[in-house]
Amino acid sequence: MALATCALAASASAQTIAITGGKVFPVNAPPIEGGTVLIRNGKIAAVGKNIAIPGDAQRIDATGKWVTPGLVNSNTSLGLGDVGFSGGPRELVAKGHDGIAAGFSVWLGFNTQSVMIAPAREGGVTTIMVNPTGGLVSGQSAIIDMNGALELSDVLVKAPASMIAQIEDDDGAKVGAAGELLGELRDLIEDTKSYTRRKADFERAQTRPFVATRRDLEAMIPVVEGREVLTIVADKASEIQAALNIAKDYNLKIVIAGAAEGWMLADKIAAAKVPVLTGAMNNIPGSFSTLGSRQENAAMLRKAGVQVGIIGNAGGGDEDMFNVRNIRYEAGNAVAYGMSWDDALRAITLAPAEIYGVSDRLGSLKAGTEGNVVIWSGDPLEFASRAEQVFIHGKKLDSPSRQDLLAKRYKTLPPKYNTP
Amino acid sequence: MRYVVFAVALSVLACTPSKGSQAPAPKVSAAGDSAHLKDSSATKPGRGALSAQNADPFPSTYRPFPSKTTVIKNVTILTAAGPRITNGSILLKDGKIESVGASVTAPADAVVIDGGGKFVTPGFIDIHSHLGVYSAPGVEASSDGNEAVKPVTAYVWAEHSVWPQDPQFPRNLAGGITTLQVLPGSANLIGGRSVVLKVVPSRTVQGMKFPGAKYGLKMACGENPKRVYGMKGGPQTRMGNVAGYRTAWIEAEQYRRKWDKWNGEHKGDPPARDLNLETLAEVLRGNILVHNHCYRADEMAQMIDIAHEFGYKIRAFHHGVEAYKIADLLAKEGIGAAIWADWGGFKMEALDGIRANMALTNQAGVRTIVHSDDPSGSQRLNQEAAKGIEAGKELGIDISEDQAIKWLTINPAWALDLDSKIGSLEAGKDADVVLWSGDPFSVYTRAEKVWVDGAMLYDRDDVSGQWRTDFDLGFVPQIGGAK
Repeated sequence: MALATCALAASASAQTIAITGGKVFPVNAPPIEGGTVLIRNGKIAAVGKNIAIPGDAQRIDATGKWVTPGLVNSNTSLGLGDVGFSGGPRELVAKGHDGIAAGFSVWLGFNTQSVMIAPAREGGVTTIMVNPTGGLVSGQSAIIDMNGALELSDVLVKAPASMIAQIEDDDGAKVGAAGELLGELRDLIEDTKSYTRRKADFERAQTRPFVATRRDLEAMIPVVEGREVLTIVADKASEIQAALNIAKDYNLKIVIAGAAEGWMLADKIAAAKVPVLTGAMNNIPGSFSTLGSRQENAAMLRKAGVQVGIIGNAGGGDEDMFNVRNIRYEAGNAVAYGMSWDDALRAITLAPAEIYGVSDRLGSLKAGTEGNVVIWSGDPLEFASRAEQVFIHGKKLDSPSRQDLLAKRYKTLPPKYNTP
Repeated sequence: MRYVVFAVALSVLACTPSKGSQAPAPKVSAAGDSAHLKDSSATKPGRGALSAQNADPFPSTYRPFPSKTTVIKNVTILTAAGPRITNGSILLKDGKIESVGASVTAPADAVVIDGGGKFVTPGFIDIHSHLGVYSAPGVEASSDGNEAVKPVTAYVWAEHSVWPQDPQFPRNLAGGITTLQVLPGSANLIGGRSVVLKVVPSRTVQGMKFPGAKYGLKMACGENPKRVYGMKGGPQTRMGNVAGYRTAWIEAEQYRRKWDKWNGEHKGDPPARDLNLETLAEVLRGNILVHNHCYRADEMAQMIDIAHEFGYKIRAFHHGVEAYKIADLLAKEGIGAAIWADWGGFKMEALDGIRANMALTNQAGVRTIVHSDDPSGSQRLNQEAAKGIEAGKELGIDISEDQAIKWLTINPAWALDLDSKIGSLEAGKDADVVLWSGDPFSVYTRAEKVWVDGAMLYDRDDVSGQWRTDFDLGFVPQIGGAK
């Protein structure tokens, strides 16, 4: 699978912008009171206290405001459906073969004009990862810009960004038991290795049957060779342990997503240098895989030294589509349950960017990265704050969401149907 | 990376209390009827054969837990009955709020808690919960919320599904929730009776039932019933839904008249008792409150017409993602709007959910209520309200915290017709009180201590003293506070 690198310049602004006087959180460096963020040609040019501001720069006074990198939500199905439940397309579950859909490129179904983009952006989210789900190996995810460009190539940041597999739902994986599921996964890895060595034989039908199709095996090659991250959805401690074992046995680069009981194995996960994606809003033993759910999980993992990216995990409220914007509240709740504020902001910016290998391009206000910047009215993790200005590639994006239009229309009753 | 579980898709409708088209008959206990029959009738039907008003065959056995006279001082008090009291005190005595104000006279034996600038609110009330009927873990064996066998099942009572050992109950209490309305699901046009519970440990559901609380009737509009029954004999359409409600009320009205007549005269054999029609008749008499799951503005308007046609009242629309579109109508009809902060888009009828729903309904004079329909969201009703405040501000509608606290307390108390007992911090009311670590509308704030009827049932600092259900034992690791 070729790595898609986007023609991001297409949507970048050539203008030079100086955001001055704000409380700046570069994330890759300590906060700066009254700092300046200089954006040039769509990229961060400089960040600091005493930055020379070019005469032609557009100055934006952010005195009293908080300035952060654009937020990254790494677990979404945004753009893969317009309606969740009762109609319309849902482009995130492949049929696959016997639970395997490794060759499923979920971004090919991404709707660049989704009505869900604007609300997420209004919540300061400038980058999302869209993930397939279902089966044993769900398919491959992509990292996507919220710049609203029409062409898919203009919104793709990285595709594939990760292979997604889940090892907690036997029925979903079309197996009878966990042991069988893990066996299937190991077979797939072994077969991918064999296929890689014996492609010519495979084409002549001179290999034993493999557990996956050619398309799926091809997609698995970079994963098996450790070049692409394998994100494994696992919640129960025993599932997490199984994931760590597979990663070790085959030298895979994995991320554990979900990880409800991750805190029980925090030291082991840290020692294995395996990042975790989890939330801070679930404490319910909702299944026999999540009996140990607790809201302190993210903080405990971080304290043990694990790289933690925060994703929505409350379970209600559609936080992977309609409420992708709520990722900052999830981080706020992580703080309420023991995570440091700095780590919480990191967990929705730089951490996911590092986990999926795009930190050279986004996730912080480091010079040279994309000009994805948010000016907040106050603490971005608080309900009383709002994203006042959102820049993606140095371009301010402020088109109203469909929800804004409805609110405006019905602010006075009866509504005027010819406006807005 | 988990599948999103659309619990909401089958969320329950609560029924608002209906008001009978005639003055309610004098309340006669079932026992009284039986006694009368012993003298006047040779048939002597048992109590269970008779349809009495406000019958209470599963009476509450809840008694307040032992409490100590308690003063919480040096706190900001959001009373839900007026402006906040900064640097105030509240005195809890014998399960009631004895006094609240800038200062209170503390008895010598009172436990004194110095809040050190923290916040105190009334216990929160979630009028849309499925705790106990959809218990955790969410396995089929515990899926007891929808009697999806036919579209009108007014004969089922949610309390008969409630598992008091659902581990979600103590987590709810730790979120500052002291009263819950547990409803049947929304698969059916008329799903059955709700039950109002105190969030307290108990071996039985009777031990959780809020003494004297009215029942609710769950009704549901729109997609859910027609989806569930479309291939099972109908309704298959929204027009089929409406025909279904009206047919049920026509039968209920006949039943009500038959029984009201017999209960008044006690002549001849009593009519046959019918659990389905009995519940509906109680709605028509105003003894059961109608809680109506409904998303779309146009459908809510039709449900209001049906209520007018049959002479009952809808107490609150639940979910009401389009309540803001008919806020004027809801205000005029005196119907509460029990809504989410920002759920929407998860199905066609939820497409137009907006964050300003709370602010817009509040502004129009509607009783705005924050509800959850979700065991996780229920633990953070304050956070939902905080989103609603901010959404209002963005639209130029200024909602004070003193107003927003009512969305979680006195307004839902009203929806349960319990606002004379709970929902605000006023002398004489039940001492359902929460001490928060800070401003309850901040993301960083957590409930620290929760009192139910004056008894401290949750203390974040006392991990070993925290309520753990039977299920929690062994299965769920004991979880401490944020350390």
